[in-house]
Amino acid sequence: MSKIALIIKREYTTRVMKPSFIILTFLTPLLIAGMIMVPLLLAQINDDTVRKIVVIDQTGLYRSVFVDNDSYHFEFADQKIDAFKGSREKDSYAAVLYIPEDLSVNPKAATLFSEEQVGMELKSYVSGVLKTFVEEKKLVELNIPDFKELVEKTKVDIDVKTVRWGKDGEEKMGSAELAVIIGMISAFVIYIFIVVYGAQVMSGVVQEKTSRIVEVIISSVKPFQLMMGKIIGIAMVGLTQFALWVILSVILVTTLTSAFGTTLDIESYQQAQMMGVTSQLPFDNQDGVASELLLALNNFDFVQTGILFVLFFLGGYLLYASLFAAIGSAVDNETDTQQFSLPLTLPIIFAIYAAIYSAENPDGPLAFWCSMIPFTSPIVMMVRLPFGVPIWQLALSIGILILSFIASTWVAGKIYRTGILMYGKKITWKEMMKWVFYRD
Amino acid sequence: MKLLEVKNVVKQFSGHLALDGVSLDIPENTVYGLLGPNGAGKTTLIRIINCITAPDSGDVFLNGKKLRSEDVRHIGYLPEERGLYKKMKVGEQALYLAQLKGMSRQDALKALKYWFEKFEIQSWWNKKVEELSKGMAQKVQFITTILHEPKLLIFDEPFSGFDPVNADLLKKEILALKDKGATIIFSTHNMSSVEELCDNISLIDKSKIVLQGNVNEIRASHAAGTYRVVTKTNLHAVEFEILEQKENHHGFEQVIKLTSVKSNNQLLSSIMTQSELFSFEEVLPTMNDIFIQTVTSKTPRYE
Repeated sequence: MSKIALIIKREYTTRVMKPSFIILTFLTPLLIAGMIMVPLLLAQINDDTVRKIVVIDQTGLYRSVFVDNDSYHFEFADQKIDAFKGSREKDSYAAVLYIPEDLSVNPKAATLFSEEQVGMELKSYVSGVLKTFVEEKKLVELNIPDFKELVEKTKVDIDVKTVRWGKDGEEKMGSAELAVIIGMISAFVIYIFIVVYGAQVMSGVVQEKTSRIVEVIISSVKPFQLMMGKIIGIAMVGLTQFALWVILSVILVTTLTSAFGTTLDIESYQQAQMMGVTSQLPFDNQDGVASELLLALNNFDFVQTGILFVLFFLGGYLLYASLFAAIGSAVDNETDTQQFSLPLTLPIIFAIYAAIYSAENPDGPLAFWCSMIPFTSPIVMMVRLPFGVPIWQLALSIGILILSFIASTWVAGKIYRTGILMYGKKITWKEMMKWVFYRD
Repeated sequence: MKLLEVKNVVKQFSGHLALDGVSLDIPENTVYGLLGPNGAGKTTLIRIINCITAPDSGDVFLNGKKLRSEDVRHIGYLPEERGLYKKMKVGEQALYLAQLKGMSRQDALKALKYWFEKFEIQSWWNKKVEELSKGMAQKVQFITTILHEPKLLIFDEPFSGFDPVNADLLKKEILALKDKGATIIFSTHNMSSVEELCDNISLIDKSKIVLQGNVNEIRASHAAGTYRVVTKTNLHAVEFEILEQKENHHGFEQVIKLTSVKSNNQLLSSIMTQSELFSFEEVLPTMNDIFIQTVTSKTPRYE
């Protein structure tokens, strides 16, 4: 086995065997599955309870307004409001709605009484129906002939569909919402991976230096081999973790869905897509946003996004990790890394903000330039990707990224080589730049 | 036969000359001492021999051939700044370091078994390094340095941080390795160990070699005409100076120094006129004295 392979193997196995890695790798899919499943299950549970609302309408105008639905059952009472105060039988009703005056005269006349704080949902439901009713009533009072018909005619429901034209003119149902979601998720994943694994490279180098093993090792291998072995080994740890997350989440969500018998069409469809299974799902029983999202998902190119994700992840990681390694080699202990790593973490944080703004305007100048600058491009480009990016821009961006990480690795290698053998010296940026130009 | 030859090596770090035309020959199967005050350039020279850094000019030859980076597999190096991965298990780590030196896994395992048994540390195999004491870790480091049976062994300040028991073990092992045919370079401040172990030395000061040669020859050439004599009664300074004088159970022991050039016989007869002579020997300067004398005489002490 070649020496660099030995180093990669050590870096990889020691990290993958760590309990923290194993726990994190297996807990995160549980969290992801939980985040998907829990709201859906809760929504189903919530639907079952019907709450009784007592309405005391002293004007007699609003009886027709309140119709029973899945969540609320309305009962009308003639008693005085005092009759209910303090005399509530257990579970008899959730709240009392008291309307003493005509709301078109006094819009603030209605009150909800209850012994527990009334939820937002009920409050907004009641005010919503009353508002529509009073508005309509006021319009009727204007005495316009055929008013009802006129109103019906003016009612429209506008839903803008987004369609992308493919190269050969075929139409693709797109969804701006979906594009933003997928783009932001992949951008955040790359961001987190660069920060987490870049920091691991740095602390790994610092540990080798502080434990004084580094000179023993570089008497057997070249410093550059040691640095690259570490960077590549940790990249493989990152990819392993990501792959396990995807696979385990898919398995968990699939089994949970079938176990609970929930029909989670969007989720199951997504998994089918992720696993490369192209199945036809019946759309006829659904309408509105859900079917649109499904249609958009159907048209979404997961393979292309996946490949570009890995490319940009590796490019961005190699660029930052090599610089993190250089910093780790120059300092004497972990606490000194902070002052030097700030200039590296700032562009990463800037990139995530640029990505958020780019999602709003994916073809704007900020989005364009930030997806070209190698320090921000891996994150910003992921956000732009689902909106469709011209091939030349993708190629240029990847080209710049590759050239930059070759340059940064070269510079980092030079700093690293000198830095790892330097002890007890306060290092400055100027000093580090000098090392770059040392011969051998 | 020369195993290692360093020819006119110059190495400069930004504005600071670390090595200025250093040359030395290391004969095969000898122990070679590299001496010098802190910052003289010893570690830089050792790093050049290990191919960790390259000289600006000059050459290093191993076995008469120019040293290449592949040759480091024939070298075992115990650096001054040495350590192990704290979280890694002892056996795994030793195996890893041996494989980095180019040993196959099987050979490394076999050699490790031998050395772990020899040092009676088999039970440490599955312990993490952080569980070991410093002395225990040093034994492991020593094993990993010599495991691949290098022709050339380099120990940089090997005794620093070693407790006396381990230091003694190390000395014995160094001599045993020499008996087995290895050539050993070691750099140290511990002058008594130089007298004990080294055949030849080079003394480096301010980036240059200021003294070089066989230890015994150097000591003899630095003899300053001092003698230790034991006599029945105490001596009086006549043609010599008395540096030390003390009485013990069988007479007077004194260290004397000649004041004017004389042969040993003349000195002896002069002593014999004063008292009965029990013993007479020339006192050779210690390496420590030679070290201090050489370094201070060439270096004006302004700093």
